[in-house]
Amino acid sequence: MADKSSSDVEASLLAHLNSGGEVPDSRSYASSLGVTHGELGDVIKSLSAFRIVETAEITKETWVLTEEAKGYAASGSPEAQLVAAIPPEGASKDVLKEKLGSIFDIGMKTAAKNKWIGFEKGNKDLVFRKVDTINDELQEQLKRLESGEVLSDKMIDDLKRRKLITKEKSIWYALKKGPQFVAKRKKLATDVTQEHLRSGDWKDLEFKEYNFGAQGQPIAIGYVQPLLEVREEIQNIFLQMGFSEMPTNNFVESSFWNFDALFQPQQHPARDSHDTFFLEAPAATKQLPEDYLEKVKEVHQCGGYGSKGYGYDWKRDEAEKNLLRTHTTAVSTRMLYKLAQEKPFAPKRYYSIDRVFRNEAVDRTHLAEFHQIEGLICDYGLTLGDLIGVLEDFFSSLGMSKLRFKPAYNPYTEPSMEIFSYHEGLKKWVEVGNSGMFRPEMLLPMGLPQGVNVIAWGLSLERPTMILYGIDNIRDLFGPKVDFNLIKSNPLCRLGLQ
Amino acid sequence: MPTINVGRDLLHVALGRTYTQEEFEVLCFAFGIELDDVTTEKAIMRKEKHLDDDGEVDADEEVIYKIEVAANRYDLLCLEGLARALRVFDGTEAAPMCKISSIPRNSMIQMFVKPQTSQIRPYVVCAVLRGVTFDEARYNSFIDLQDKLHQNICRKRTLVAIGTHDLDTLKGPFSYEALPPQEINFVPLKQEESFRADKLMEFYKSDMKLKKFLHIIENSPVYPVIYDSNRTVLSLPPIINGAHSAITLKTKNVFIECTATDLTKAKIVLNTMVTMFSEYCKNKFEVEPVEVVSHDGTKTIYPDLSCYKMEVSLSEIVGPIGISLDETQVISLLNKMQLQAESCPSKGEPRIAVSVPPTRSDILHARDLVEDVAIAYGYNNVPKSKPKCMTIGGRQPLNRFSDKLRAEVARAGYMEVLTFILCSREENFDMLNRTHDVNKAVIIANPRTSEFEVVRTSLMSCLLKTLKHNIDHPRPIKIFEVGDVVTLDSSRDVGASNNRRLAALYCNSQSGFEEIMGLVDRIVKVVRAPHVKFGQNYYVPTNEPEFFPKRQCKIVTSDGKQIGYLGIVHAEVLRKFGIPDPCTFVEIDVEALL
Repeated sequence: MADKSSSDVEASLLAHLNSGGEVPDSRSYASSLGVTHGELGDVIKSLSAFRIVETAEITKETWVLTEEAKGYAASGSPEAQLVAAIPPEGASKDVLKEKLGSIFDIGMKTAAKNKWIGFEKGNKDLVFRKVDTINDELQEQLKRLESGEVLSDKMIDDLKRRKLITKEKSIWYALKKGPQFVAKRKKLATDVTQEHLRSGDWKDLEFKEYNFGAQGQPIAIGYVQPLLEVREEIQNIFLQMGFSEMPTNNFVESSFWNFDALFQPQQHPARDSHDTFFLEAPAATKQLPEDYLEKVKEVHQCGGYGSKGYGYDWKRDEAEKNLLRTHTTAVSTRMLYKLAQEKPFAPKRYYSIDRVFRNEAVDRTHLAEFHQIEGLICDYGLTLGDLIGVLEDFFSSLGMSKLRFKPAYNPYTEPSMEIFSYHEGLKKWVEVGNSGMFRPEMLLPMGLPQGVNVIAWGLSLERPTMILYGIDNIRDLFGPKVDFNLIKSNPLCRLGLQ
Repeated sequence: MPTINVGRDLLHVALGRTYTQEEFEVLCFAFGIELDDVTTEKAIMRKEKHLDDDGEVDADEEVIYKIEVAANRYDLLCLEGLARALRVFDGTEAAPMCKISSIPRNSMIQMFVKPQTSQIRPYVVCAVLRGVTFDEARYNSFIDLQDKLHQNICRKRTLVAIGTHDLDTLKGPFSYEALPPQEINFVPLKQEESFRADKLMEFYKSDMKLKKFLHIIENSPVYPVIYDSNRTVLSLPPIINGAHSAITLKTKNVFIECTATDLTKAKIVLNTMVTMFSEYCKNKFEVEPVEVVSHDGTKTIYPDLSCYKMEVSLSEIVGPIGISLDETQVISLLNKMQLQAESCPSKGEPRIAVSVPPTRSDILHARDLVEDVAIAYGYNNVPKSKPKCMTIGGRQPLNRFSDKLRAEVARAGYMEVLTFILCSREENFDMLNRTHDVNKAVIIANPRTSEFEVVRTSLMSCLLKTLKHNIDHPRPIKIFEVGDVVTLDSSRDVGASNNRRLAALYCNSQSGFEEIMGLVDRIVKVVRAPHVKFGQNYYVPTNEPEFFPKRQCKIVTSDGKQIGYLGIVHAEVLRKFGIPDPCTFVEIDVEALL
């Protein structure tokens, strides 16, 4: 059988149909082409999918030869093979067994029954032919069945018993021209290759329908952490508003810069070990600005700058105690002190977004460390109205345009305002941050000029991010337990695109 | 922020009208307090006893409001003060003026202070409430207020402790002493028999409520104690009162003593007690004074209910808010916040004299008046404006540089993670086969759990821990982090400094050693600068315990300075972190490349 490519088969079939021919039985048409029915079937399926041919399916159950029987049909039944293998002088069983292999036993049995062979007297080992020619009925039956002939029921039963045939459902087709019939169809391409471009045959390309329901290939790429994406957008808002970033890469801070300089009294509950991580090493700060420290001590103990102070015995030891900063306002304080030393005074807008630490019990919404966002403006004559104005600008960039302010208490700001935003999803006002004007008792000892005010606000990075992405457990967003799939599937941060 | 529980119906009676919950919340928002929760006595009891909804408890179904108040407003820690403040805020009534009853000095009750008290708890201040009418609600409120004050301003009784007594069971003058515990014997509150003070301390070690206060005096050779003239023990401050002088619903005359280590706070506490509960005295808002005689003979009369006088200009008040009001408007707003004020005669700018009553110890500065005026005006009525200063925004170079590196590593196909800075000693050292170098790591003095023992000195344990939590993720796993570590640094004022690091971890069926080297090659290629030079070969073999031998190296600049290291993570380390597959780790000092 000459090998024919499927395009040759297709061409022959289409030519046959084009010249008015019909194909009532694809099986016989396949054998007329010299291809298997399977090969023709593939071509038929492809053509009928495009309705170039119209097919009528014909199904029939037929008897087909088993693998064993196919061998007998080709080479003869075991008994015939056995007889053919015996030379005129006879042969020993061992020799025959070696020659015939697995069919030896069955061949011996049937050949003996048919009396085609005999044995030498006194030596059962030597086998003789008893007939010159034999009629191999079995081979003949199998060949007839293979070519599609119908055998008698008795023959079928016999073959079935010998496990030489099995029942098989066969499908074949009757073919005629379909509504989209063409004598020669264009080749359908699945892709554009280099070859198409080089050879120029892209001009004749017709594309196979694409399965857009299937997903694309997974791609190997890198990812950024969702929380840091939000950090970047908030950073951009600050930068647009003219704020410059403060250096916050100092997690270890002294109580002095974290609390005392902010006019936070030494007995304040936030300074309890229940709220703050104090350090065993380095336990205390060695160096504090002495002049400034004296002024801070004075304002705590007895007041000054228009204040009556807290009236308690301020202790240097307490101020020297090191801790992990509880807020980035410790950095703001250092920055404002630095600014106060620069003459002449120049207004500033500062921001930072960095890690802070609280010795709190960890739960779904609280961690021992989180990110604080902080912004502040320092200038002459700033007002609470300015603070409200800036907060509206800032929060509307975060998509929170409906704000309300509630009086609050904070040791270093006065007035202090909690910031609430109306959440459209939750249909209620939610607290989104804290704000206020730094107290004169904090600013004046630094040496900032009288009349200079600082308006400031702070919030956590995690909370708005959790609201933004609908995450209700902070540990799903930040920390070693974050699921990689969350990082991989997180959408782009759209803050600042409104 | 402290939270107080008040009965809703009692509150309505005290406010002189009923509010719907929404109305009350609006009032709270404007005044700066918060209705935290609405519950019942029954629900609170159930919660305390950990019962389910149908658990039977013997308590009232009365609706309780849990209200959160500012931490510096001690006058809002009881129903009496809260309702008073809201009535005045609402304009229903004027702020009451509390005063000292005028009694001749020689008939004044005296409290003598013995010198030994200075060793342990040097101050005492006292006052008397005459002709008090208690009922159950008032009595409970009186007890609750002491509790709240103890929790807040008194810093769990360390700074101030309050004792209240039925004066009619006692006989003045009183003496405040400090004696060796073996010499003090009395029947404490809620007990039947007499205890010696040292034995009593032993006894209270198993008392859930009191055991947390024992440390305040436990190790002192002398304990503070107050006696009357019959040597009856009033109290063993700050632990417990005597049973003898316990107040009851029938008590008419109340003796209040506050012992302290901080006199200013003792005065505030005493003032708060008397200004709140003199409301129930026969002569309303009148308090009988007590003379405290110091061991040096100095005599001081308490309570000091004088007003703190301030004089401010109009612009000092309205300027920082950004509103324009005249002085009469400002005065009426101050009045709404219980601050007495009047216009001062002045030629130039209008000036206002303000009298701050003893209830408002939170007012320290004119700026506090600004806040009160702003609250009374309404924060949400303040017209918004824009700061006018022109400034130019900008980033910190280190942070900008870090972001560029983050982008570079993400472009190289790594996934960014974000981990905690605090970790356990074991994770930071032992699990990495590293020895704990005491000269290196910042150590937390008061960690709640082992998770917070040290500040990380490397990102290695953080990335391995993160990998462990995602161990079922398809391979290869390529993660990175840019973050700070902290090490001891004697050149800094605080003795420690941050260092920015870049770390990456590769995990697959093979170690990925070359993958990580490829990443390093890329970083080296992009960070080269005139001041950041690398030679032809920047890998120098090392022999560190966290990596396999001969599969590890450091990364050095052309002048030989180490800027990072990498290696195939040692099997022991992987085992300790519970990671079954080979990994390669790299860590680079970002600041050295800036």
